[in-house]
Order: sequence, then structure tokens, then C-alpha cells
Amino acid sequence: MSKISIIIKREYLTRVRRRAFIVSTFLFPIFILLFIVGSVLITVKSKEVSKIAVPNDNFFKFSLKSDSSSVIFQVDSTVNQSNFDEKGYTGFLKPARDTIFIVSRKQIDLESMDHVEHQLSKAYENSLLEERGIKKKVLDSVTKVSENAFEVKNRLVNATGAEKEANTGLAYGIGFGSGILIYITMLIFGAMVMRGVMEEKMNRIAEVMVSSVRPFQLMMGKIVGIAAVGLTQFLMWIVLIIILFSALQLFVSPETMHHIQDVQHNPAVSQNATVAANLMNAKAKLVAGAPWGIIIPCFFFYFLGGYLFYAALFASVGSVVNEDPQEAQSLMLPITMPIIFSFLILSTTISHPNSPLSFWGSMIPFSSPIVMMGRLSYGVPEGVPWWQLFLSMALLVAGFIFTTWFAGKIYRTGILLYGKRVTWKEMIKWLRRSS
Amino acid sequence: MAIVELHHLKKYFATQKAVDDISFSIEKGSIFGLLGPNGAGKTTLIRMITGIFFPDEGEIIFNGRKFHPLDDIINIGYMPEERGLYKKMKIGEQALYLAQLKGLSRTDAMAKIKEWFTKLEMQSWWNKKVEDLSKGMSQKLQFVTTVLHEPKLIILDEPFSGLDPVNTNIIKDEIYKLSKKGTTIIFSTHRMEQVEEICDHIVLVNKGKKILDGSVKQVKQDFKENLFSIGFEQEPSLDGHAAFEVIAKKDQSFVVKIKDGYKPTDVLKYFIQRNADVLAFNEILPSLNDIFIKLVEGTAVSRQFLREESIGQNADTH
Repeated sequence: MSKISIIIKREYLTRVRRRAFIVSTFLFPIFILLFIVGSVLITVKSKEVSKIAVPNDNFFKFSLKSDSSSVIFQVDSTVNQSNFDEKGYTGFLKPARDTIFIVSRKQIDLESMDHVEHQLSKAYENSLLEERGIKKKVLDSVTKVSENAFEVKNRLVNATGAEKEANTGLAYGIGFGSGILIYITMLIFGAMVMRGVMEEKMNRIAEVMVSSVRPFQLMMGKIVGIAAVGLTQFLMWIVLIIILFSALQLFVSPETMHHIQDVQHNPAVSQNATVAANLMNAKAKLVAGAPWGIIIPCFFFYFLGGYLFYAALFASVGSVVNEDPQEAQSLMLPITMPIIFSFLILSTTISHPNSPLSFWGSMIPFSSPIVMMGRLSYGVPEGVPWWQLFLSMALLVAGFIFTTWFAGKIYRTGILLYGKRVTWKEMIKWLRRSS
Repeated sequence: MAIVELHHLKKYFATQKAVDDISFSIEKGSIFGLLGPNGAGKTTLIRMITGIFFPDEGEIIFNGRKFHPLDDIINIGYMPEERGLYKKMKIGEQALYLAQLKGLSRTDAMAKIKEWFTKLEMQSWWNKKVEDLSKGMSQKLQFVTTVLHEPKLIILDEPFSGLDPVNTNIIKDEIYKLSKKGTTIIFSTHRMEQVEEICDHIVLVNKGKKILDGSVKQVKQDFKENLFSIGFEQEPSLDGHAAFEVIAKKDQSFVVKIKDGYKPTDVLKYFIQRNADVLAFNEILPSLNDIFIKLVEGTAVSRQFLREESIGQNADTH
């Protein structure tokens, strides 16, 4: 076994066996699941049914429908201010000129108020239509036809004349999601590389190691080992999330599922539940609507490329840090800044994939791993022409070869240097030195 | 035959000449002392011999051929002054890892680790973590990982710093045993008394230059000041004497310096003629410490050294 593979193996195994790794690998999907299920359950359970009494007077001669589970209307002429709660009503309606009051002990929530208002105007509309001789049935059928008559969609045409449908919303989501994933992992795993190097230096094992292996092997072993840890965690998450969601669909009672579906068709219900419900049923939509054949391989390419580009830089920072963690913070800044900056570029790229900012952002290796994901989600060549994609990939490869070379030089000197504060200026000097 | 020959080695850093034209050779099977105050260039010199640094100029001959770090590293065991271990790793795994990086196969490494652990009574440590070891214990482990792959050349940088006398002796014994088997050992230290009893040959460096090179015996002879101590039954009275002068008197004994052109017998004759009862008469050879201080006296580093800054920062690296 070559030395570098021995190092990779150790870096990988010590991290994967760590309790923190196991906990985060298993807890993350469970946490996501609990969050989604929790938010669904909270919306479902917190539904209070309001029973509203309707006085049988002339004003309410039209019939109010109780077509929602949250508000029930009941005609009851005996209710008054003193006895409505004894009779089991949440409140009763009391007309006063152009305002209708809901008299109640407790405050009625906004959603129920909206509902009551909606039902009142609907019922009133129906009675007015009937008075003027328009059948509600006729009106309904007309609305149904007119509402569904047109649909607006964006159709993209390429040079050969082939047309295809654009899915802007989905592209937006995928671009943003994959960009965020790369952003987070670059920071997390980059910092992990840095901490590993710092640990080696502070434990004073670095010199023992470099008497057996080249510093470059030591650095690359760590970088590759941690990349493998990152990929393992990704794959575990994907597998676990798929398992958990399949299990969830088996165990959740049909009523809840039904309710979730209800919720989806009812725009008035809170945002959370809609998001959750969308996620539950998103699978089919997702599989069909996006250029996955390009996005998935490119995601892994840019994830690895971006990681390699920055990991070497993080390693070089780790190698020059002494005992003081404050020092690490200030030295890290020039590396984290471009990562954060690329994330800012991404937020405009996902709306304007072909703007000059998006172009340059997706070419320069400092930001291309994040920004390119925003363009790729629109597909090739709609979001990004092929030549730009290949150019960006080539630049990224060249970029990480350069940063690794650059970092290797700093690392080699820094890791054996104790008790001295190193400035960026000094590090540049080390670069010029011959080996 | 020399195992290591250094020819005009130079290594300059931005701010200083860490190693400035140093040449010497180390005999196979010898115990070699590399001495010098902190910042003299010892560590830089060693890092070049271990292939961590490339010399700016000059060449290193290892085992008769030009030194080639990648191939020769298996023949070198280096225990640096700044040494440590992976804290979270188990002792056994750690030893195995370091041995494998030296190029041993897993089974070979395993067998040798078992052998050494038994020898130094460390068998029960296998599953312990490094962070649970005392300093002495981890130093023992570091020694084992340095010598495990049976290198031809072992380089120990301040090997006894922080060790108690019992463990110092255990390690010392093992060093002797290795030396008897033909292993060459380089000892880098600024603790002269250790070198005196262990080393055959020494080289003294200061400010990047070699200032002394020879066997311990020879160096002492070269630097002796013709001092003798004479013990008497009763302190004799002194009058005119041409052969010597008394440097110190203490408990019925004199320390005398024999003047040029006279011999020790002239001193003895003088006292015997005066019927003084001489109980003891021996030569006082300078300790390496004295020689060392004499040679580096006056320089800034030596003053720092005299303050006994034992575990120094590696200021000599850059």
C-alpha cells in the first residue's frame, strides 16, 4: 500500500468512527423528518373547530354552508349573549347595519374570521344570483371552463429549432439548493481540513510525520481522506432520507395523508404545511421537470472541484497557525470571503442565469462551484452554453492544481514552524523560495 | 566506514545562515553527539540529514551513495525535539500507522511492535489512548516508533528531556544495545553531561558553523589545562615552587596548574622532598560543558544557553 493511501485510510477511519460523525449522519435526516412531520402535525392538531350559531332572522335568509372543518354553522334562534357558551357554541353572529359581529368569549383566530366572511359573501352572492334568475350551476360551469382555458408556459428554443418547456420555479429551487449544499460543505469540510492540520501541528506530530512522508503526501492524504468522509456523509444522508420518507408514507394514517392533500388545495392554510405537503408529493414533479442527467454529475464535479480548490488553502492556513485560535480566524478571512461572496452572486444568478455577473462568477474558480450550479439548473444550453460549462470546468481543475501547489509550499514551511506569527506577506515569500 | 558524510552543507533562511558550510562524517556503529546551543543550527542540520529540508549547497553521502530521501528514509529513524502523537488514537494503532508509513507491511509491523512492547513492558497499553499517557510513557512510545523499523541510522533530538531517571536509563540501555548491534546513533542535545558518558564522537556547532570535531577523549585532551588535584594527609606548607601554581585549596587538597616545560612528576618530586604525605594525585580533565562554554562564550546565543533555556522554541529553524 502506498504511503498516501495509508494516510487517506487513517484520516477517513478516525473521522468516520468518531461519535460526532455518526451522530450527525443519523440525526440530520431524522431532524429534517421531524421538522417536516412536526410542522404538519402542528397545523393539523392546532385546528380548533369553531361552532358558530346563526340566528334565524330575516338577515340570514340565505343558507350558510359549513364546508370546512374549522367552522361549523348552525341555525339556532334561541341563542343570546348570556347562553351561547352554555349551549356549546364558540360564538354567534349578530348583524349590525353593514357589519356582522361574531360575538364570542375568546378571540376568534384570523383564519376562521376570513372563513366566515368568505362564506357569508359566497352565500349572499348565491342568493343574489338566484334573485336575478341566474342559476348557480350555470355560472359554475362557465367559470370552470374559462378558468381552465389558458395556461401560460415558457417555451425555449435552441439553435436547431427544437423546443422544450422551461420550468423556472423548479430551476430556481434546484439551483439554490445545490448551491447552498456546495457552499455549506466547502465551509464545513474546509474547516475540517484546517482543524486537522492545526491538530497535527499543535500535537507536534508533524515533524515525526514528515520524516516518513513528504509534506505534500501528508496534506493530500488529509484532503482526500476528508473528501471521502464528506461523500460518505452525503450518500448516507441521501439513502437515509429516502428510507425515512418511504417509511413515513407507510406509517402515516390515511386521514393525515388526506388532510395533507386537502391542505395542498387550500391556499388559506399556513405556509409550513404547504411546504411540507409539497415536499411529500414533490417526487413525481421533480423527477420529470429538471435536467438531472446534467445536474447530478455536475454537482459532484463542482462539489469535489470546489472542495479541492479551497481545502488546500484551508490546509495552508492551518499549517501557519500557532496555538492562538484567533489567529486562525483572521487568516481564514481571505478564504471564507470569496466563498460567501460567491453565494451572494448565486442569489442573482438563479434569477438571471445569463447575465455578465453570472458568466464571470461561473468562470472564475473562486466562485464557479457555487455560481455554476445556479446556471446549470436551467439546463444546458439554456442556462449555460456547453463551451462555457467546459471552460469553467477546465478553469476549476487548473485552479485547484494551482491552489494545491501554492498551499503545498506554504504548508511545507508552516507545519514545521513553531512559536512565530506568520503574515500573508511572509507566506508569499515562501512561495518564491525554491524547493 | 562512514554511514553519513556531509560535504559543505549550506542552508540559508531569509534572516539567518542556519547552516553555513558544515562538513563532517559519522562512522558506522558509533554514537555521535551533535552539540550546540539553541539556535545553533542543529535542527536544520538534522532536517537535511532526514530529507525534510534540501540543502541550498553541498551534498550528503548516505551509506556510500548520494543521499536520496525517498529511498533512504526507511533506513533512518528520527525522533524530533518537537515530537508528539495523535492524541485521540489508540497506542497500538498509532505505532502500527507510523510503522506502516516507514514502509513496513502490516504483519511485520505488528510482530515488531509486540516485540518492543514486551521488551519495554508496554503490552497493556495497546488499547489506551495517547491522551491518557503520562509524558514519560508517551516518550517511550515515541522511542519505540522511532526504532521499530530497525533503521541503520537513528537520530534522537533531546531524547531525555522530560524523562525521569528510571526511564532515562531504560532508554539509554536500549540505545547501547542498538549501538552494539551496529546501529549508528546521532544524539542532538545541549545537555553535555549526557553526551560525555554516551558518545564516542562529537561535533559542536554554533551560529551555523562547526567549531569542534573529534572523539570525546581527544577533545578533552586538546582542551586540558594541565590541572591536577593532589590530596594530602596534612596540608603541607608551600614555599617557592617553579613547576606549578596553586589554583585552589580545599580540604587538604590542592588544585595545581603545571607550568609549561614541567611534568606531573616534577610536582610529585617537590612534595615528596618536603615529606608531604600524598594520598591522591590525578589529572583534572575539562568537562565538555566547560569546553562548550569556553568555545561559545561571549556570543548572544551562549548567554542565552547559560541561562539554561532547556526546551527552547525551534528558533534555529528559520
